[in-house]
Amino acid sequence: MSDVIFARLRALLGTAGVDRDTHGLAKASPDSSEALSLVCRLAHEEGWKIRVEGRGTWLPPDAPADLVVSTRALEQIVSVSPADLVATVQAGASVEALRRRLADYGMWLAVDPPGRPDRSIGSVIATATAGPLRHGFGPVRDHVLGCTVATGDGRLVNAGGRVVKNVAGYDLTKLQVGGFGGFGIIAEAHLRLRALPRADVTLVARGARDALTATARELVTAQLLPSALELLSPALAAESEWVLAARFLGTDAAVQADVRRLGSAGEQEWEPLPTDRTAAFWSVAARGTLGGPITLRLGVVGDGVDEAIDLLSHDLDEGLVSAGAGLGMIRWTGDAPVEQLRSLRRAAAAREIPMTLERAPWPVRRALGHFGAYREGVGQIVGRLRDTFDPGQCLTVALEGVDNV
Amino acid sequence: MNAALFDELGRIVGPRWVRHRRSELSTYAMDGLPTHESIPGVVVMPGTPQEVRQLVRLLHLIQVPFVARGAGTGLSGGALADSDAVLITLTRLNRILRVQPSERRAVVQPGVVNARLSEAVAPLGLQYVPDPSSQAACTVGGNVAENAGGPHCLKYGVTTNHIVSLEVVLPDGSLTRLGSEQGEPWGPDLVGLFVGSEGMFGIATEITVRLELVPQSVRTMLADFMTVRAASEAVSSIIAAGIVPAALEMMDRACVAAVEASIYAAGYPTDAAAVLLVELDGQAEAVGAEAQTVQDILLECGAREVRSASAAADRARLWQGRKKAFGAMGRIAPDLAVQDAVVPRSALPDIMDQIEEIRSRHGLTISNVFHAGDGNLHPNISFDRRNPAILARVQLACREIMAVCVAAGGSITGEHGVGSDKLDYMPWIFDAETLGAMRAVRRAFDPAERANPGKVVPIHACREWHAVKSARA
Repeated sequence: MSDVIFARLRALLGTAGVDRDTHGLAKASPDSSEALSLVCRLAHEEGWKIRVEGRGTWLPPDAPADLVVSTRALEQIVSVSPADLVATVQAGASVEALRRRLADYGMWLAVDPPGRPDRSIGSVIATATAGPLRHGFGPVRDHVLGCTVATGDGRLVNAGGRVVKNVAGYDLTKLQVGGFGGFGIIAEAHLRLRALPRADVTLVARGARDALTATARELVTAQLLPSALELLSPALAAESEWVLAARFLGTDAAVQADVRRLGSAGEQEWEPLPTDRTAAFWSVAARGTLGGPITLRLGVVGDGVDEAIDLLSHDLDEGLVSAGAGLGMIRWTGDAPVEQLRSLRRAAAAREIPMTLERAPWPVRRALGHFGAYREGVGQIVGRLRDTFDPGQCLTVALEGVDNV
Repeated sequence: MNAALFDELGRIVGPRWVRHRRSELSTYAMDGLPTHESIPGVVVMPGTPQEVRQLVRLLHLIQVPFVARGAGTGLSGGALADSDAVLITLTRLNRILRVQPSERRAVVQPGVVNARLSEAVAPLGLQYVPDPSSQAACTVGGNVAENAGGPHCLKYGVTTNHIVSLEVVLPDGSLTRLGSEQGEPWGPDLVGLFVGSEGMFGIATEITVRLELVPQSVRTMLADFMTVRAASEAVSSIIAAGIVPAALEMMDRACVAAVEASIYAAGYPTDAAAVLLVELDGQAEAVGAEAQTVQDILLECGAREVRSASAAADRARLWQGRKKAFGAMGRIAPDLAVQDAVVPRSALPDIMDQIEEIRSRHGLTISNVFHAGDGNLHPNISFDRRNPAILARVQLACREIMAVCVAAGGSITGEHGVGSDKLDYMPWIFDAETLGAMRAVRRAFDPAERANPGKVVPIHACREWHAVKSARA
């Protein structure tokens, strides 16, 4: 079977676009949206199951499939419009490559995803994994103006557009951001950029967790406007205590004003990080998310952060925790049996807290699903949407998990 | 529509909340756009979410189409119903159910008027940011349907960025909840998909919104330019300097002339080709420093004068002309076609020239007042729709304006929606496959396509999608 698939793919893409993965599975690396759509169409017609891979830095390559479709060759930064602050990027381009290219123009994408810098943009979008900057710049969805997607049966859909404000037609982009590839494979995205901030200052406070979350709450109500206000567990920060990090980005005047106010607000002592250590500090925290095989996120608003971390500590372990201490989202990395994760999800749901499985080995994903059980009425809509975008069920993605269906 | 249906509807909401006489129905024949008109079969006004659900359930059982409507201030003909459809107006569902200051959330019914929400939370130091020009009348439910914008969306985002959860009556009458009050989607981002779906995925009966802190300090600046191009370059330079103003609005000479000739005169210079309004907010020190930078940029780009105000009353004076621009245009002619398109910011000067060329060729009056920071244009055509020849020219000019915006890489609507008005333009920006996908997504919510039929997606232009019925779910 594998040889047949390999040969058929080579006939479609040529020898350069097809090789084998470490397990001998045929691996297609199309270099255009059209080629990606042809591969999907072929798989759909033949009833082959597809495992989608980006640059191989986030999800383990372990979903059972007949072939692998990699976006690695879709790595072009297609266009950058400095005057309009918009870039068009293929999904396989790495976050780091994009960062460098944009910096040449004095611009940046205000998203700091967990994981390695060579993670693909497509992976960040498909999993909606925002980092600490979510506090000031919003979730991943706020940065994606549009995208081109190949559906499971090989149709190409162009969602959204290249302008920063657009309500023409239904907002199909929202379905793809955080859709975990269940509604198609992202080939290309139009991203909203910002001018690089003149000032970038991070200050850290150390102490007991509850004291730091109380401090964070005070800051939020005191009109301080950090771009990130992140609580890091001792293990993630590689320190002996919990760390609250406040990052201020913007014009010199705004940042200086915020830093001054931070110093005068409350009892907490803040230590400014040296400028040359700021990037390293945040990148260590981002990479720390890969310090265990499973990463999940809980949606929590400010006041619930403490309680939700207690819940995590009770059901799993304190482990590697990063929490948006102001406006809330908690990310946990570690290892735990499926039963414990399921119990956590149940306990979270009882508190109206959604739990999303961001990365895990396939058996865990398959059992629990990225999302698990939906609310009443939602499962039917999601099922119809998946039937629409992947009618042959070619895309091996566990949104719900077998236990929840 | 027959008497038996009117009785059935009356049994749910009470007979006084069912309108079916011709004279009553004509009130609902239009929204805020005077170029489209349609008389609904019957109008029904539920007073509770339960009544909405019962109505939609009934209409599902008898397979009658329906259209949800808020205050009817929309500008795309989106809330118009045909004679075979039931118009469900939601203005009686006007309660603010809860405000949770520590979580910065408010839970409201769809008929709550936009401005009332901000007024209600202002004593808590909070605000609901999306502020469409019609905010004194338009409803939050309508804002959700259209993904409404407003001047302050440049910094804070449009409606979709401020909605975290929705209770929705689906077109089959079933009830579901999308999203979570935490702001994190519960599963795929169905809130993001629902917002802006123009009433075609169901009716939101409870809306949880995100509130923002009222900024500590606000500075409003007014600058006038001798060319639109210079004003546009100032807009780009401000953004490129890394400053994100709360609002960045432009008015052209025709708009300023209309304002200054009206009772809303705000002292704008009538000989200027363009006037820019820049609003900065945040902490006092930062606002002060950024205001200096903005002033330098404005002057470097050729502003003749920059006026600046911090006190609320002074700022209100600078804003008056902008806020009342549409009212002022009402003096010029009986009707006003408020258009809406988006272009990449860098294309603004060229597009403004092209709009002027279109205006002059058709001999029309066009005033431009728009969200320059977003590239979101509002060319407004003053006319008299009783003259069919002029109406035809207006419609042709609108079409040509859309065409030049699309050619510049823009979109046919930035905040008003497609409705009926822009249906024909959808194939200009989306291919048949993508339009087919939109229709298929709509069917996931509404398999019978009975909610607000005939809007947004031109069915004839769609490639057909058949979702298979699988064993999944």
